[in-house]
Order: sequence, then C-alpha cells, then structure tokens
Amino acid sequence: MEKFKTVTSKAAPLDMPNVDTDQIIPKNFLKRVERTGFGQFLFNDWRFNDDGSENKSFVLNQPEHKGARILLARDNFGCGSSREHAPWALLDYGFQVIIAPSFADIFHNNCFQNGILPIRMPAEQVEELFQAVKKDAATEFTVDLEKKTITFAGKSLPFDLAEPMRQKLLLGLDDIGWTLQFDAEIAAHEKQVVAGIRVA
Amino acid sequence: MAKTLFEKVWDAHVVDIWSNPNAPKKEENKNLIYIDLHLVHEVTSPQAFDGLRLNKRKVRRPDLTFATMDHNVPTKDRDKPVKDPISAKQMEYLKRNCDEFGVPCFDLKSYNQGVVHVIGPELGLTLPGKTVVCGDSHTSTHGAFGALAFGIGTSEVEHVLATQCLVQSKAKTMRVNFKGKLNPGVYAKDMVLALIGKIGTAGATGFVLEYAGEAIEALSMEGRMTICNMSIEAGARAGMIAPDEKTFEYLKGREHAPKGAEWEKAVAYWRTLKTDAGAKFDVELDIDCNRLAPQVTWGTSPGMVVDVTANMPKLADAKDDVERVGIKKALEYMDFAEGTAIENIKLDKVFIGSCTNSRIEDLREAAKVIKNRKVAGSIKLAMVVPGSHRVKDQAEKEGLHEVFKSAGFEWREPGCSMCLAMNDDVLEPGERCASTSNRNFEGRQGKGGRTYLVSPAMAALAAIHGHFVDARKEV
Repeated sequence: MEKFKTVTSKAAPLDMPNVDTDQIIPKNFLKRVERTGFGQFLFNDWRFNDDGSENKSFVLNQPEHKGARILLARDNFGCGSSREHAPWALLDYGFQVIIAPSFADIFHNNCFQNGILPIRMPAEQVEELFQAVKKDAATEFTVDLEKKTITFAGKSLPFDLAEPMRQKLLLGLDDIGWTLQFDAEIAAHEKQVVAGIRVA
Repeated sequence: MAKTLFEKVWDAHVVDIWSNPNAPKKEENKNLIYIDLHLVHEVTSPQAFDGLRLNKRKVRRPDLTFATMDHNVPTKDRDKPVKDPISAKQMEYLKRNCDEFGVPCFDLKSYNQGVVHVIGPELGLTLPGKTVVCGDSHTSTHGAFGALAFGIGTSEVEHVLATQCLVQSKAKTMRVNFKGKLNPGVYAKDMVLALIGKIGTAGATGFVLEYAGEAIEALSMEGRMTICNMSIEAGARAGMIAPDEKTFEYLKGREHAPKGAEWEKAVAYWRTLKTDAGAKFDVELDIDCNRLAPQVTWGTSPGMVVDVTANMPKLADAKDDVERVGIKKALEYMDFAEGTAIENIKLDKVFIGSCTNSRIEDLREAAKVIKNRKVAGSIKLAMVVPGSHRVKDQAEKEGLHEVFKSAGFEWREPGCSMCLAMNDDVLEPGERCASTSNRNFEGRQGKGGRTYLVSPAMAALAAIHGHFVDARKEV
C-alpha cells in the first residue's frame, strides 16, 4: 500500500445520502479476479446511458469536476454490500479522499485497507464544503493528514481520525505484516480457547 | 461485572498481545480478534488468495475455513456447462485456490453447495459463541445462534486466511426488544423491516445489535436468521440472539456440531451466553409486535418501508431537504407519484429465495398461502430458489415443490440468484419484482429493475393477485 501524502485537489460533490456499493460498482463488474481496472466501471449505471454514452447530467461527467481526487458525499456513504471492489473502483478512478457526515462500517474499513482516507465531519461542515464547491467548482482543497486539517478558500477545518488508522495510512502499513508479529500470542490463544470455550 | 452477550463473545476472542513490546496501547481500541469460522465464496476471494501467493503466505487454519459457490451460480440446467465464461472462471479460480491452499470447497458437484449463510448453520459449522466472518455483508445471519458474525472486505479475507485473526475496534451495543406477539400473516421479515424503517439504514452504524423479547423467543431458528441477516441493512456491524433450547435442538446431530461429551460441555457453555441482568447497553429500544402489519418497501433503500395498507410518502412529509431529495429520487426511479397506495403496485415478477428467506420454514409459509391457487396471468415469472440442497430435498419430501409448480412457480437449484442477479436471473429495465431478498437498491436485481422487499407469504400472495395484498386477511 502506498503512503498517504497530502492531497490538494478540486472536490466533486455527490449530493445524495445512502449511496450504496451497488451504485459505486454494479455487480456485473465484480467478476474480475484482479484488484485493478475497476475505475472504468465506477458509478457505471449513473455515469453512462443505456447506449454506453456519457450521462452528461451526472456530476463526475461535468467538465468542472473532472480530475477531482476528493469526493464530497452525504450520510451513510458506502452502505450495503461488503464488496471491496467499491474502494478499488474509487481509487482506480482517482479518488484518494472521501468526505461525508457518516460512512457504513465495512466500507469505512475497506478504505483504510487501500490507502483511501475517509473523513467523517459534522453535517454542517460537510455542507460548508458543498457550498464552497457550488460557489466555485475550481476551489482547491488541501487535505493534510499530518495536521488533520482541510484547508480551502483561506480557511481551515480540523477533522478527527483514530490514531492507529492515521498511522496506517501515513506509513502505508499492511495489516497482515502487523498481525504476524503476534504469531506467538495467536498460537497461545489457539491452545487456550477453541470456539470461544476455554480448554486450557 | 454484568456483561452483554456481545461482550462475552468478544472477550473470549481477544488475543492477549499486550505483553508484546510491539503491541499498541490498550486504549487505542485496536484489538486482535481470533476468528473461529471463515466462510469463503467465489466473488470476494480471488484477490485475497492472490495476495497470499504474492507474499508466499499460507492459510493458517484451513480446518476453520470452508468455501462454497453461490453468488453467480446458475439455478437451472446444472448438467450443462456454465454459460457465462466470466462466472465460470470465477468458480474455477475458487476451486483451484481451495485445492492449492487445502481449503474444503463445496462446488457445484457437492451436496453441501448452497447459499453460504444457509449451509453454515445447516452443517453445524455455525455455533453459539463462535466468531464467524465471510466476505459478504449478510454474514450477520449467523448471529441468530449467538455467534458474533460479520461481513468483511477482501483485504480482511486475506488477513483472516493468513492469520486467523482480524484487527477490530470494539463496537457499541444496542438492544432491540420486540414486545408482544405477531399476528398471523406477520413474520420475522416484517419485524426487521419495521426496525429498519424506524431507525434508518444508518441507525445502527457502529453498533452490534442484540434482539430480545417475547416475539424473538417465539421465532424459529429460520425466523431468527431472517432478522439477524438484515442487521446490516440497519447499518449494524452484527446482530445477535442469545442461544436457547431451540438453538440447541436445531444444532444437535448436525455434521460439524460437537458430539457426545463434547456436546454436553458445549451446551453448558452456550447456556452462559446471554446478557446478564443489569448489563448496560449504549442504546435500547422497543418495537411493539402486537400492532405490526406486513411491511413492503416502496423505494430504493430498505429503510423506505411502510405497512401494506399504507401509501407511499409525500414530499411534504420529509423532515429535511436531504430526505426530500432521497424520496424524490426514489419515487422517480420507482416511477410512482407520491402518496400512491402500496396495494396498487402491479408486479411483473416474484422471487422467493436469498440468504434472508430461502430456508424450509420460508418455503412452508409461502406454500401454505398459495395451495390450490394459480399465479396471476399478469406475472411474467414467479420463481422459488431454495437456499441449499438440503432445503430443496426437505421441501420436496413435504411436497412443497408440487404446490409451487402447480401454482405456476418455477422450482430452481440453490444459489443467490435474483437477490443480486449476478447469474441469468435478472429483471429487465422497468420491471417490478416482489422479492424476499434484502436489498431494493437501484438496479440490484438488474439494471432499471424495481425491487419490493417483503416476507415469503407476502411475495407468494403477490404472485397470486398480481399486486400486494394484506397477508393478515389471507392466512
């Protein structure tokens, strides 16, 4: 996993609650056996018309939002299916930061496994970011994970993130490598407890 | 100290890493949790096995890992090769990966093949007090046995394969007390849909739910699985129900359940798996089952649900602009005017199946209400997809397949089928489907398709009438 570095970019505003992972990556694209190449299918049913042409009214197809690496979203982003193809698609398309008032749990976890920073902020502050983009789509936002701040249009908002998660992204740490340091402790647990029942 | 059911199971699985100098500070809420059962399927596992290979890692406990094929298997013409080459490739990869890493795999030739959340309990793999994970959000189903069971992403699948553990933060706890008694025609599905309608699809985010109360105790294991299955639709990490005599009765003699003295020892432990008097939950709430009506979703999220006798919402009813946008968008997608009566929804297809409602009791309830009746001429397809071969065989032994077939239903082979429509079972654009599955998201059952979530009896009755009717009047 790559180390997370400060991101400075425009932000694309996806103004709807409960965006589920079936929308982020529809199921007909889950049949690949690789982790890569999912970006072309991101939000497929919203991005493309039935004849395969671009749906001009969808936010990611509007020229002023192209190239954004930050996605603004509303409540409960990433709900539904556990498919990790959703963060794979977002990352492959170019999004490194997602900002929303709340995220679904599994999606939130999956982001950290892939170097995506999901930022939870109070709804009023997220609204402020939406307003800034509405006023000027070219507004640049700087997301600084060292300082835990988002800076835009001359102001700076702090955000909160659990320290182990912040470290994981900053160092690009692989969870499996971390856990394998505790091999002896895991083996000890296996000798003492089986299916929740203490045996030794 | 008084503990909740969740806390008891959690505490028994925290690996003690804190004497290791590399361990995090205890207050960092980063715990290594041991996993007792890892279920694997074809769609979310290929990249995980690939990761192992790339890093020259092995599966730590192939004996605690079981794989099956369900998400994109065909539900008919099983004697012929799988038509879709990409689906076939995914199934072939699973088999090859399992063979290479020594993991048992129930493929299309196996009698154990079926919907992963149906076969786990059937084989006695799911047991009270276990931690159970699978790369599928509906893993919460197994919580019906008092297991702590939750869905994980593919990176976590790889993590469990390699270490048999997961890095987790401890969830908050919420208890839902289902008070009173269900009326005839009202089922477990209605209980959980009503809960989601009440608290919303993010209402339990960050929580493990415990379901309790008279109405839960009265449910069969099948009903309890239906409720725990949809915990994720309320945003919960997991849902749990304390094991009781019904749980033990269901499990006794199952292939992987403990036997003899081991069984006695296990049951003695399982009896301790209930929330202590005085244990504190972060949130508690009550749902009155006496007045519960059959539920029907009207929109594109499981929280968009009302009584069968009610109308779709009006834009003016929304509590804020965000909700108003959501309602407007859902009504547009479903192509209905605000305030339309639920009973006026004309249906094209009916699907009875999925990890939510494809077990024997579900099929019995559905068969009961359609006996000697015929599917309405306006219904293009009504299908029953049993969750497993055992369910299918049991139903056939009871003659349920004849009830379905003579009514005009198709009787299929086990799989996820039209719940997520990764195989050939899909809705055409614009079609409306009464479905016993768990998600009514846009395009879930096929691009442009419109899904209405209901109980098996409600779906079966909808097939007979061509539109929704109140099951309370027909049973």
